[in-house]
Amino acid sequence: MIESQASKLKKRSSVTLKRKSKLYKNEHRFALLFILPPVIGFLLFALTPLLISFYASFTNWNGLRQMNFVGLENYRRLLSDSYFWTTLGNTFYLMIGIPIGLTLSFLLALALNRRIVGRNTFRVIYYIPVVSSLAAISILWQWAYNGDFGLVNQALAYIGIDGPNWLQNTATIKPAIIIMTVWKGLGYSMLLYLAAIQSVPRTFYEAAELDGASPLQRLTYITWPMVRPVTFFLIVTNIIGGAQMFTEINIMTPTGGPMYSSATLVWYLWQQAFNYWRMGYASAMSVVLGILIFIITALQFHMNKKSSYKLD
Amino acid sequence: MKRETKLGNIIIFIIVLFGSVIMIAPLLWMVSTAFKERSSVFALPPEWIPDPITLEPFRRLLEIDTLWSGIRNSLIVSFSVTIIGSFTSSLAAFSFAKLKLPYKDLVFLLLLGGIMIPYPSIMIPQFAIFSMIGWVDTLRPLIVPGLFGNIVMIFFLKQYLSNIPDSIVEAAKIDGAGYFQMFYRLIVPAIKPAIAAQFILWFMASWNDYLAPLLYLRSPERLTLQVVIANLNATYAIQTDYPLIMAASVVSLLPVLLIFIVFQKQIIENVALSGVKG
Repeated sequence: MIESQASKLKKRSSVTLKRKSKLYKNEHRFALLFILPPVIGFLLFALTPLLISFYASFTNWNGLRQMNFVGLENYRRLLSDSYFWTTLGNTFYLMIGIPIGLTLSFLLALALNRRIVGRNTFRVIYYIPVVSSLAAISILWQWAYNGDFGLVNQALAYIGIDGPNWLQNTATIKPAIIIMTVWKGLGYSMLLYLAAIQSVPRTFYEAAELDGASPLQRLTYITWPMVRPVTFFLIVTNIIGGAQMFTEINIMTPTGGPMYSSATLVWYLWQQAFNYWRMGYASAMSVVLGILIFIITALQFHMNKKSSYKLD
Repeated sequence: MKRETKLGNIIIFIIVLFGSVIMIAPLLWMVSTAFKERSSVFALPPEWIPDPITLEPFRRLLEIDTLWSGIRNSLIVSFSVTIIGSFTSSLAAFSFAKLKLPYKDLVFLLLLGGIMIPYPSIMIPQFAIFSMIGWVDTLRPLIVPGLFGNIVMIFFLKQYLSNIPDSIVEAAKIDGAGYFQMFYRLIVPAIKPAIAAQFILWFMASWNDYLAPLLYLRSPERLTLQVVIANLNATYAIQTDYPLIMAASVVSLLPVLLIFIVFQKQIIENVALSGVKG
């Protein structure tokens, strides 16, 4: 009813082009007004700082007035800064948790896709760490990893293992943080996988079953390819997030761990920028971080395009 | 559809149950510790149900002034950002989805690309700018950027709006309705559930934020709750006062957990949707 009325009115209004253009001009004005806040926000709080960051990386900026152009000096220093390489390496190392988390969450989603008792309750339980604040979770796990009285070692003691002092040991500190990040993020990936699995048309499985495909074949040739967009989305967002890991490190290991073994790039950048006020130098690091994230994401998009699954 | 054997389901149930114990155990441990006396923290074997159960950690916690100012500051930041930010985001989503404007798709893509910019890459100049105008150690740097809207929210509202026929908006235009009127009478009622869900997700993210408050706030009474508990952790861990620290963590988690449990259906649905669409 409304629609037919609308189309009638639309016809009438298009009788004179002049009137229409006036209508459009008014519409343009309001459309622009409505999108202005996010556009201004983007220009002021993202693009401008990004450009300043880029420029500052070529200066000896100390946060105050001093901001002299020094060319590539900061980048040259980065190359010979062993802390930079250590923290960069740590950042990548800690990303081992991404494939582990994705595999576990995919298996979990497969399990919760079955008609098992209490699946909704399980879904909620697995999701609780996701909504919890990272600061509180880091505090909790810092204590759970305590060598003498921590929950982790007490649990290990039940099965006769004498656990290490997780966060004081260069060999265990990174696995400890990886376990925590997997634990925290599992529910989120699981939820996305579950939604994707449930949206696979049943007819695919029925057809495959008729053709005599085994459960494993159905999994590898139907389910896994069909959830590829979710895998792709999770890999990209996890890498972007993982490259910026800071809170866990700053709370659990305020000094970057023994021999900087848990210090991440962003944690080191933070120290340089806001403890030593070497803002030019820190800006160079932030530029490297931004470029790294951009390259990895672009690579992911490229690979996803090449291997995208088609149904025909 | 896959044939599910009963035995298979039982085995899977046991595995998933075991996993859920691992997921929930640290959190239960936190709650349990918050009700312990300082000495029983070190009991071996560990006590899951404290003996005796004491409210003493909470009593001591509530006497700490920064806890109260932390809660107040977190509420101020989270509510002002999400209320005003949701309004600007909804207006922008309406415009991007339903109104005519040259190059608007290009502008939208540009904003969306902004998601890829890592916060650490812009935080140094942002800090310098805000300190130049004297905003450091106020809540303003945490509030003001959010007021301009959130591109993630705009993205999802725009997706949601694409399910609503353009003809309804066209009809309202011809009827001579103003654009704000259109927004309030037509758009907001139609996308209310999506706005609510995004509002909740944003509120939780804002409440849990740690990096930006840590960067901008200095005075103890101006800190947000997450920074307050992190500082309590640093101070009281040396004294091994774990009940107090865990009580503080419980307090900081409680609002978000309550919101999650009340709105879990909407939250889970919306997050699941984000993966399918994104």
